Amino acid sequence: MKRLVFTLPIVIVLVLGGFLLWGLNPGRNPSEIPSVLISQPVPQFQLASIEGVGVPGLSTDDVAQAGEVVVVNVFASWCVPCRAEHAVLTRLVRQDGVRLMGINYKDKPEDARRWLDDLGNPYERIGSDLDGRAGIEWGISGVPETFIVGADGLVLFRYVGPVTGPKAEAKFMQALEQAQAQAIESAAEPAQAMAESSS
Amino acid sequence: MIKKSLITLSVLLAMTLPANAVEPDEILEDAVLETRARDLSRQVRCVVCQNQDIDSSNAGVARDLRILVRERLTEGDSDPEVLAYLVARYGDYVLFKPPWKPITYALWLAPGVMIIFGGIAVLFVLFSTRRRRNSTENLSDADEAEIAEIIEKSATKKNMVEN
Amino acid sequence: MTPEIGQFALSLALVLAVIQSILPMFGAARGNMLWMQSARSTALGQALFVAVAFAALMRSFIISDFTVVNVVENSNSLQPMLFKVAGTWGSHEGSLLLWVLILAIFGLGVALFGSNIPAALRARTLSVQAWISVGFLSFLLLTSNPFERVFPAPLDGTDLNPLLQDFGLAIHPPLLYFGYVGFSIVFSFAVAALIEGRVDAAWARWVRPWTLAAWISLTAGIALGSWWAYYELGWGGWWFWDPVENVSFMPWLLGTALLHSAIVTEKRGAFKSWTILLAILTFSLSLLGTFIVRSGVLTSVHAFAVDPERGFYILGLLGLSIGGSLALYAWRAPAMEGGGLFAPVSREAGLLINNLLLVVAAGIVLFGTLYPLILEAVTGDKISVGPPFFNASFIPVMLPLIFLMGIGPFLSWKRADLRGILQRLAVIAVISVLIALGSWYLTTGGPALAIISIALAIWLLLATAREWAMRIKLFNAPLAESLRRARNLPRAAHGMSLAHAGMAIAILGFVGSSAWKSEEIVFVTPGSSIHIAGFDVRFDGTERVPGPNYVADRGTLVVTKDGVPVTTLYPERRYYPVAQSTTTESAIRQTLAGDLYASLSTPAAEGATEGAWTLRILYEPLVNFIWIGSILLCFGGGLSLSDRRLRIGAPRPKAKTRKTQSAPLATPAE
Repeated sequence: MKRLVFTLPIVIVLVLGGFLLWGLNPGRNPSEIPSVLISQPVPQFQLASIEGVGVPGLSTDDVAQAGEVVVVNVFASWCVPCRAEHAVLTRLVRQDGVRLMGINYKDKPEDARRWLDDLGNPYERIGSDLDGRAGIEWGISGVPETFIVGADGLVLFRYVGPVTGPKAEAKFMQALEQAQAQAIESAAEPAQAMAESSS
Repeated sequence: MIKKSLITLSVLLAMTLPANAVEPDEILEDAVLETRARDLSRQVRCVVCQNQDIDSSNAGVARDLRILVRERLTEGDSDPEVLAYLVARYGDYVLFKPPWKPITYALWLAPGVMIIFGGIAVLFVLFSTRRRRNSTENLSDADEAEIAEIIEKSATKKNMVEN
Repeated sequence: MTPEIGQFALSLALVLAVIQSILPMFGAARGNMLWMQSARSTALGQALFVAVAFAALMRSFIISDFTVVNVVENSNSLQPMLFKVAGTWGSHEGSLLLWVLILAIFGLGVALFGSNIPAALRARTLSVQAWISVGFLSFLLLTSNPFERVFPAPLDGTDLNPLLQDFGLAIHPPLLYFGYVGFSIVFSFAVAALIEGRVDAAWARWVRPWTLAAWISLTAGIALGSWWAYYELGWGGWWFWDPVENVSFMPWLLGTALLHSAIVTEKRGAFKSWTILLAILTFSLSLLGTFIVRSGVLTSVHAFAVDPERGFYILGLLGLSIGGSLALYAWRAPAMEGGGLFAPVSREAGLLINNLLLVVAAGIVLFGTLYPLILEAVTGDKISVGPPFFNASFIPVMLPLIFLMGIGPFLSWKRADLRGILQRLAVIAVISVLIALGSWYLTTGGPALAIISIALAIWLLLATAREWAMRIKLFNAPLAESLRRARNLPRAAHGMSLAHAGMAIAILGFVGSSAWKSEEIVFVTPGSSIHIAGFDVRFDGTERVPGPNYVADRGTLVVTKDGVPVTTLYPERRYYPVAQSTTTESAIRQTLAGDLYASLSTPAAEGATEGAWTLRILYEPLVNFIWIGSILLCFGGGLSLSDRRLRIGAPRPKAKTRKTQSAPLATPAE
């Protein structure tokens, strides 16, 4: 019994050490917060458009009722990594036919206009979030962040940081493909039922 | 690399002006509500900073959250409701006071458990000492004989020294 | 050339450390005096070479040698000399070099001043110390070399982080590390004793001065860190339960428990295995702290640059040292004999409860700090554990301790008369409650916890004073008699009273500045005036003031009270062009009653009036009691350290004295 008590300290230390070892995992980012929006409906928000950009504003229904997979990208002209990300997003829209919507976070309209004139506008719709409130609704902690919303109006995936570089792009594409596969599946079900009932 | 610079950027932003960050234009007219706002802000973690509350962080998001907290309070939310509003958007991470839920039972109960176990151990030591002490009151016969021998020897020695 | 000398010196130190970790240990096992004595030379050599390396790095900073990467990243030619020197330890590599230097210094200390310690124990202790040195020197050389060069050298450095360009920085790390790392020698003593298989009162006596030295330094280091945060960061707070703060506080808690437990081992031969465990755990927590600060496992404002590779190495070192020592403990400690018996009410019992509360407090801080990590590992959930948790769980454990601290010194060894003591203290209890109620009245109903804490702090202060007065029969005998008694009282007794009194005063400071702080935050333009805590503060505008490596906007605040001028405050906002960052320098008016604390910043709101500034003024009552109390704590420790008994040496076996005397000193009654 006495012996057992004396081994207690080292046992506790080994257990704690195990946790510390786990904590060292290089893939882990201690300051990254998991999104609470995953598997939740799109948050409530309504944003006016940016004047002179040529695309309408963005609100909850535009994203949730689209009937297909939508990518929502939070960006700003003062965000340096967003420039690099812009090329990737443009490619997604042109080549893969992704439906891209944007939230312009805490940006002066004229700065955003200039930025989009410069780089081009891949966004179908852009909401101007002047006070950052919509960003809070989406639970963002920085810019850029990109969300994948499923056809059913549920948020499926969030990527923190710019989607640039092979690793990030691969991860994002994987999530996108999953979302699209899911959309096809749930679209097929009623069609199948109809086919079965008519035969 | 870019992610690293983003982190560096936000760290630098958080580190500049690490002063108490509430701005005069945020302060509510109602002193009671303002006190509540300050107390709540001290419990809310700034999501872009390295372990600071929104009351003392200068980050833009921190200011937005401070204003949001005051807005909710003016609309009549109670303190738990304001915090719940933030948790709905950012998760439990944003609370400096861990909520009382199954995943934090261990945390909140730990101090009590430690005191109880420690207390029991201490009581054990204190009162087993008494037991031990009581038990040494009777010496065995062999011990008695040994002691008698030692006393005799030292008595002889003393005689020798004194002579 | 200097950096190369530095690096070479480090390698030499490593070689000596390797020798020291093997030879003396074997020497002690075999009784080989020569091998055991070798520790003295290797310890000297180690300290010398590490000092050379440290001096080499410091010289590189002083002459602004930008071929050294560390200097580039932490210095700048425009930086004031004080901060160039302090930059030596302002980075991960540099501070680690400081770590190793202090490790070597303590080893040298034992080698030079430990002549009263038996040769075998001393040799083993120095070997264990060398094991730690080997670990950290190799870590330094292999992963965190401060002498890495860069060619071609950049034209200038990137400047030390402006937040760190402060006098407090110059002193805080060395002091803190002296304490933090100083506990290494106590750890080495404990492991050596376990290897030897013997722990006794003498061991506790030898270890005491080293424990005290480390503890005093750690107390000063933590207090200084808090003070620095207080006046530098601008929000008037001095403790945030940040992980890095916590990891310096835990060794302090256990170190205090160790100091008290060692007294029992020394005086009564009891608590042996517990004291040994505390000695091991105190330094283990220091090592844990080193790991947490440098590995990036937890987020903190204080943490050094994140690097998982270094984290793995340190964790390995931790595993070997903490794991090894505790395994040795589990194996050897059960064989240690128990010591003197004592009643449930006695000084021993009091110290046992003292230890219980301190260890539980440390356990709470440890668990709270690591919980987010543990939870994330187990369920993937991310939560934060901040001041609300720590305050709610730590303070209730400390309050009974403060109460007991008042009674403790009155308790006698083996068996104490509790009723008599409580009777003697009854008046003091009443006074404490009255004062507390008075403060409740004055502050128009402060928080209940604050009032209770005030009562307890006053209780502790008065009870400590009462005990000291009783010992020297103050007011109970002629003054000359009291003075004589005071002079003859061992210094350690004075030290204890002073330290406990210091704690009481510090607690008054903790309570006053947290519970009754007042604050005003306003937009000001030249001429505006605000009112706080009975003072009138008028803002007279700002002027641009250049500094050595910054440009500052300095504001002028004229403070009056009822029309009578009190002082003028000059808060600044500084912009550092090289680092491209801004800091706020607050202006503080310090008095015993409280601090008036002002800081300026540019308004964040758009549409604010041109030329307007945001002025923050805080009034912090009694905050200076914290620093005063801390100083008293350190002085108390220092007094104890200077006690003659610690220098006379180990208690010598009685046989020697008898031989030198013709008649026996004290004979048992015949």
